[in-house]
Amino acid sequence: MITTYLFYFLSFLAIMFALMVVFSKNPVHSVLYLVLTFFTIAGHYVLLNAQFLAAVHIIVYAGAIMVLFLFVIMLLNLNKETEPHKSVWLKASAAVASGLLLVVLVGSLKSAETIVATNAFDPNIGLIENLGKVLFSEFLLPFEVSSVLLLVAMVGAVMLGKKSIK
Amino acid sequence: MQLTNRSKVVVKKEMTLSERLYIPAIFSGMLITLKHLFRKKVTIQYPEQTREVSKIWRGQHVLKRDEIGAERCTACGLCAVACPAEAITMVAAERKPGEEHLYREEKYAASYEINMLRCIFCGDCEEACPKEAIFLTDRKVDSLYTRAELVYGKDILVEAIEKDKRVDVTARETPDVAEFKANKVFGHNKVFDKNS
Amino acid sequence: MTLSFLIYKIILVVIVFAVTLVVAMYSTYAERKVAAFLQDRIGPNRAGPFGILQPLADGIKMFMKEEVIPGASNKTLFIIGPSLVLLTACMTGVVIPWGSPLVIDGTVYPLQITDVNIGILYLFGVISLGVYGIMIGGWASNNKYSLLGAMRASSQMISYEVAMGLSIIALVMTTGTLSLGQIAEQQHGWHWNVFVQPLGFFIFIICAFAETNRAPFDLPECETELVGGYHTEYSSMKLGFFLFAEYINMFISSAVIATFYFGGYNMPFIERFVQDPNWLAILGVVFLFMKIVFFIFVFMWVRWTLPRFRYDQLMNLGLLFK
Repeated sequence: MITTYLFYFLSFLAIMFALMVVFSKNPVHSVLYLVLTFFTIAGHYVLLNAQFLAAVHIIVYAGAIMVLFLFVIMLLNLNKETEPHKSVWLKASAAVASGLLLVVLVGSLKSAETIVATNAFDPNIGLIENLGKVLFSEFLLPFEVSSVLLLVAMVGAVMLGKKSIK
Repeated sequence: MQLTNRSKVVVKKEMTLSERLYIPAIFSGMLITLKHLFRKKVTIQYPEQTREVSKIWRGQHVLKRDEIGAERCTACGLCAVACPAEAITMVAAERKPGEEHLYREEKYAASYEINMLRCIFCGDCEEACPKEAIFLTDRKVDSLYTRAELVYGKDILVEAIEKDKRVDVTARETPDVAEFKANKVFGHNKVFDKNS
Repeated sequence: MTLSFLIYKIILVVIVFAVTLVVAMYSTYAERKVAAFLQDRIGPNRAGPFGILQPLADGIKMFMKEEVIPGASNKTLFIIGPSLVLLTACMTGVVIPWGSPLVIDGTVYPLQITDVNIGILYLFGVISLGVYGIMIGGWASNNKYSLLGAMRASSQMISYEVAMGLSIIALVMTTGTLSLGQIAEQQHGWHWNVFVQPLGFFIFIICAFAETNRAPFDLPECETELVGGYHTEYSSMKLGFFLFAEYINMFISSAVIATFYFGGYNMPFIERFVQDPNWLAILGVVFLFMKIVFFIFVFMWVRWTLPRFRYDQLMNLGLLFK
């Protein structure tokens, strides 16, 4: 019962902050609202008893990625004067494109079947012990493949970060 | 040229592994500070404790009176001449009849000022004085807020008439001091040997 | 979830919060005393006997000072910055096990606010959020020194989180759990993790120095280069929040180090003298605080012994392998 209220409250906050990300004029405010959005999503994970996912979500997104975003935006010192001028054509095409995307989204959501929970919800599914077991047995291949992907990305970052390659 | 045997020849050598780790150096540094934790503290809690000073420590000046309470100073100006900081100024005046109990000699200092901001407390005024009138005492000069306040006049410098409120300068009036003063050639920095 | 359980938790939260603040308050006093003693001085001794009322005097001074909010600053964020710093500093105390559980009339009262099974990750998450307060505060001041100081502080904290995370992973692999309660429990007797993980402990404590922005890594505050660093524009209690958060962080870091590596509330051979589990729990709290006080002292001892790094040296130490 209380979780239902919390769910609605968190969902309201998540959507509100997400809208604020788009609507706020100052880019730094946008980033901070995005951080708040991540927090509300982490709150949803906690409601699903997926504490590990919630913590990792906060550490990785709020703690690392958004800090880097904030770094860049603060150092760029974006404001009204530096905003590039957009032509009317660009604005119109953007409106049309996003309108089409909205139509596609609404259409796909309407045609989608409502998912019925087939098996009873296991409240302990999100705890680290179970998550670890599942990751290293059932989903071993995707897990390893994604780690290889991260490794490749890291190597690429190091190569880009080097001053000169001889 | 080697002046002392404490000098060390600097050699720029490759650091060894233990030196490059810095950890032994850090620990030895921390050991040093730990030793200081238990050392005797050097702080002097000023208003309650005062730093110990010598018996002939040179502090705020006093203009002495003689036995009957007359001012000894005759405004000869030798102290002002001797003063390396030019802190002393005075105005002389002639004694009127009936003022014998106030001034010992026929001439006296109508005003006598020492600028305590200029004074370096060297004691040359005391050494120059032929009348045993000015002495430096072990009192401290106050900290005040304005420069004008720190030019001390006769109201502060001259000691009180009452016998029990006189400033004690016996430590500075020993026979040695008297002989030192009698031989003006000595001076502070020259070796003083009364047998020679 | 009964009402008595809730009340007990609330009382525990209030106690932990109050103790954290008091310890942080007296850490400022201890800092000055330790600094003085290491330099053969006496330190503050005028406010009350041995100067023990000095933190109160400092606090009153901080509250009485004029609040200056720079005209060109971003006012909301300017206020949120220090609040966030203090908030994240206080949030970490929640998962630390302060003692083994008390058993009164058959009911178990754990001396830990919540033993979440991801305790370490929670700690790590909260620490990584500490960066935001500093960055927001520094940016909102609209002062280049503040911004650069904030950049320094946050980049330093982020880069040392990597090394800290690696040392924690080593710890997690030996203990096999992420719950701080279990980690403390496993170190019963002489099974302290520091004997298993001496290098991990060493790396962790170095990272703790860097995370709390204390000497020899106190580069965010730098008079010659950055004026006051990220809190240049702050005054009154907002400045106090920043400074106070540093001491809270130090207290929490000490508690974490004691729990991770030095047995938490455990003390070897104590069972031979005391059998009653409740007394053992209370003694455990005392032992934990003794360890915490020791580590706070180490923090100060290092600060007043070692010279600071240069900024590039700091980053090289944190991120490069040579």
